[in-house]
Amino acid sequence: MIQLNAPFTEEKVRNLKLGDQVEITGIVFTGRDAVHKWLSEGNNPPVSFENGIIYHCGPVVMPQGAGAKKGWKVTAAGPTTSIREEPYQAGVIERLKVRAVIGKGGMGEKTRLACQQFGCVYLHAIGGAAQVLAEKIVKVQNVYMLEKFGSPEAIWQLEVLSFPAVVTIDAHGNSLHREIDSLSKSKFEELLKR
Amino acid sequence: MITHTMSNAKAQKQVFESLIEIIRKTSTELPGDVIRAVEKGKSAESPNSSAAYAMNIICQNIDLAKVKSQPLCQDTGTVIFYAYYPKKWDYSVVHKLIEKAVSAATKKGYLRQNSVNSLTGKNSGTNVGPGAPYVHCEAWAKDEFEFKVMLKGGGCENVGAQYSLPDGRIGAGRDLKGVRKCILDAVYQAQGKGCGPGILGVCVGGDRASGFVHSKEQFLRKLDDKNKIKELAELEEQMVKEANELGIGPMGFGGKTTLMGCKIGALDRVPASFFVSVSYMCWAYRRQGAKLDKAGKIQKWLY
Repeated sequence: MIQLNAPFTEEKVRNLKLGDQVEITGIVFTGRDAVHKWLSEGNNPPVSFENGIIYHCGPVVMPQGAGAKKGWKVTAAGPTTSIREEPYQAGVIERLKVRAVIGKGGMGEKTRLACQQFGCVYLHAIGGAAQVLAEKIVKVQNVYMLEKFGSPEAIWQLEVLSFPAVVTIDAHGNSLHREIDSLSKSKFEELLKR
Repeated sequence: MITHTMSNAKAQKQVFESLIEIIRKTSTELPGDVIRAVEKGKSAESPNSSAAYAMNIICQNIDLAKVKSQPLCQDTGTVIFYAYYPKKWDYSVVHKLIEKAVSAATKKGYLRQNSVNSLTGKNSGTNVGPGAPYVHCEAWAKDEFEFKVMLKGGGCENVGAQYSLPDGRIGAGRDLKGVRKCILDAVYQAQGKGCGPGILGVCVGGDRASGFVHSKEQFLRKLDDKNKIKELAELEEQMVKEANELGIGPMGFGGKTTLMGCKIGALDRVPASFFVSVSYMCWAYRRQGAKLDKAGKIQKWLY
């Protein structure tokens, strides 16, 4: 198990390779469909994503406390399917200097190449494991764009501790998704002939 | 008359409370047949593989969600209801109670705010809106209620597929051999995107709309049941075996368990059409149901 602690740097992510199991500690920003579309239209995020981590996630967040103690608690927070951000992700990695993207289901060629060129990795969290992953979120630090995008689509600034994931696209041009697709494709074609 | 109205109001309140409990249980606990399938999948993977790692976290998550009584998956999905109610009740009352319970369960955090206006992008925040929740509601001759609920996440919904046979791309003709090819193609195309290991609901025939509805109704069957139609029972078994030969594995990490079940139904079709509709369910296969007595109290869980 590799500990991936903030600050996240290009050197740190370049050291990771396919299949590495990591635990992330530091700040992650949730961003999914609405955020990626909006960023790709040239808008700047309300907080810098430089050397940061974007998490494809639409959490369940409940308000907590009142008055000065008013805050939020994440009660469920697994990854959402990343491939929907494929048209936008490479541009977001390049322009905003993002170092890691957490999601599920993998991403395509554009993202794989952007990871290689700009020094970023794709970290696969376990889809559906909303409770195990919510336990790793120790604090909701802030929320942006809540009114505009609604709760699941807002940018939540989350402090995570030992958040588990697997490197499935590294910064050296390797993609587990491409490998599995190619292996399963030849098996699929063999089965079609049976 | 007054007594009758009062008792009815009391029963309505009880049905409402029971519906919230059914939604809570559906969102936070997997039924026994699904847990058994997940455990079987976990034991099939090689120790220390990424697939085993994924299955371990999945099992931890199932336990934790139950203990904490919180949503197993943050995507509490499309809320799908099948409701049967005593004839003397009014359809609109039952439908309204379901909507009220969905809204209340959302407020309690059992459901995520998950209904978005498709034109404005605005989230209603209540999970109630045009088409949400999806409700199939019918009166029956019994004096009790039966409610079944499914929560189907968007990730697995997005990888569903519909084929119009013949399909030249995969060489699928209008017979069960062609159906088999469609199912294999749907599993291959889904790869790890639908939170595998998954379960398929398939409908052979029908039209484009009824085909998808019937494919989803297959998910109301228990994983360990056996199809009454012999050819379909055989095909169901064969599909699980062959899909697992693809090696896609949990989360698409590679591995032995790609599919935990395949349930197939058939509807009549018009001579010109031959659809194969494939719905994909993720491992977080949330379905539950209950029988309620005439006072609206839960008597028995169905899964």
